[in-house]
Amino acid sequence: MAIKLPVYFDNHATTPVDPRVLDAMLPYFTETFGNAASRNHEFGWKAEEAVENARGQIARLINATPKEIIFTSGATESTNLAIKGAAEMYREKGNHIITQVTEHKATLDTCKRLEKYGYEVTYLPVEKDGRINLEDLRRAITPKTILISIMYANNEIGTVQPIAEIGKIAKEKGVFFHVDGVQAVGKIPVDVQKDGIDLMSISGHKIYGPKGVGALYVRRKNPRVQLASQIDGGGHERGMRSGTLNVTGIVGLGKACELCQQEMASESAKLSKLRDRLKDSIMSRLDEVYINGSVEHRLPHNINISFAYVEGESLLMGINDIAVSSGSACTSATLEPSYVLKALGVGEDLAHTSIRFGLGRFNTAEEVDYVADRVVETVKRLRELSPLYEMAKEGVDISKMKWVAASDSH
Amino acid sequence: MAYSDKVVDHYKNPRNVGSLDKSDPNVGTGLVGAPECGDVMKLQMKVNPETHVIEEAKFKTFGCGSAIASSSLATEWVKGKTVEEALAIKNTDIVRELSLPPVKIHCSVLAEDAIKAALANWKTKQGQGEAQQAEPATAHN
Repeated sequence: MAIKLPVYFDNHATTPVDPRVLDAMLPYFTETFGNAASRNHEFGWKAEEAVENARGQIARLINATPKEIIFTSGATESTNLAIKGAAEMYREKGNHIITQVTEHKATLDTCKRLEKYGYEVTYLPVEKDGRINLEDLRRAITPKTILISIMYANNEIGTVQPIAEIGKIAKEKGVFFHVDGVQAVGKIPVDVQKDGIDLMSISGHKIYGPKGVGALYVRRKNPRVQLASQIDGGGHERGMRSGTLNVTGIVGLGKACELCQQEMASESAKLSKLRDRLKDSIMSRLDEVYINGSVEHRLPHNINISFAYVEGESLLMGINDIAVSSGSACTSATLEPSYVLKALGVGEDLAHTSIRFGLGRFNTAEEVDYVADRVVETVKRLRELSPLYEMAKEGVDISKMKWVAASDSH
Repeated sequence: MAYSDKVVDHYKNPRNVGSLDKSDPNVGTGLVGAPECGDVMKLQMKVNPETHVIEEAKFKTFGCGSAIASSSLATEWVKGKTVEEALAIKNTDIVRELSLPPVKIHCSVLAEDAIKAALANWKTKQGQGEAQQAEPATAHN
């Protein structure tokens, strides 16, 4: 079977819309196009029905109830609403928030803004495998702590946090627990009851749904969580998020969740096998390659590898018919290397050599074999060009060298 | 990020990859950059002791496509030039030739630094060589 180029192995960045999701969405563009808030005619009723159906599909995926699902424009907005909304609502109770250093920027930048408004934020460090230390968390909680925000799984290194244990601690201490569920929901079992989650951000385009739609789970019982709305207007979504609902997007998100629930077990088993096939094929043919992040507590479809002595952007250029991403500074808009890898203690030189592979529903074994071959051949070629590989082979200890960086011309 | 055709060409077909003998008195070696910055260039040149013309140049680079292209181009340009002419190569010349975007200008700066570092190393080696030749002369006096 010939594979179609370019190959897409960047499913943590986004995913293609599943054709079945697209089919479910289409009627709501031109036929059932009503505004779900139009209470007086059939166009509105039909749209509302579709929205409520989607609420149910999402709720069932995470063991919540439909009333606990709020629709947003995406997980970034959900996270903003959860953190800012809780901070505002409970500011009489306290002003301290706990999160951790490898969170997505949606969480980190939101926390930074709250710090400007006088909130205190603790950014817990992570261990070498990317997980937080539960004792650190316990010690960080004070009588003024109102929210803990820890992601279920990391988007760069796939590390899965000890969510259920964190949920227990949060419940014990009477602190609300928000989880960025973007990379985990629909991929591994997530249960807001079992895991003790009070708020959770969900993204449509990470689970084969459309871009521009997401959801926020907001617990209603044991305890009830209230949020100050961040977008005001017509009072939609129980006053928590005004704005006409993105019916087509919501229908898509709902269908995407339903498919994930049906297919998760078999899909994660298949992807885990493919991921291991990719990893073994690469690592058995190259020396000095390192896996970033926990091997044990990891998303089944993620692998993040550092290829020593080969810079990430040059590697991507060599495999330019394969879509992946890198922790190298050269590939980021800000020329900063990955802060996630830095937090793990991965040296900056190795951070520049890292590649993230995110497998997805539509990837095949043939694609895996192709990618592994191309990666291996490109790394070998670039090592021929690398002065660092040459020095390492000569037995020079690169870490002990004194480097003369480029003259500052900026 | 779209690369210029020239950058892609240098990346796919880098010129003068390799190493020269560091201990050769006519070879200057420049090693600039830092692994933590994601850019390290090693540039070596063999200079004719009489004419001061650069006869051979080799490079190895750890860095992005633009860094590889900048150093590859540098080796192409210095070959056949005199030391003085090579020292006159500016990073802006490299930027223009490769159509480097603003965010990649530092790669061309590093290449210019590599040229200068290699020739400085050569000059130092020449200085030591002359001192050794001078000694026997004074000793005879």
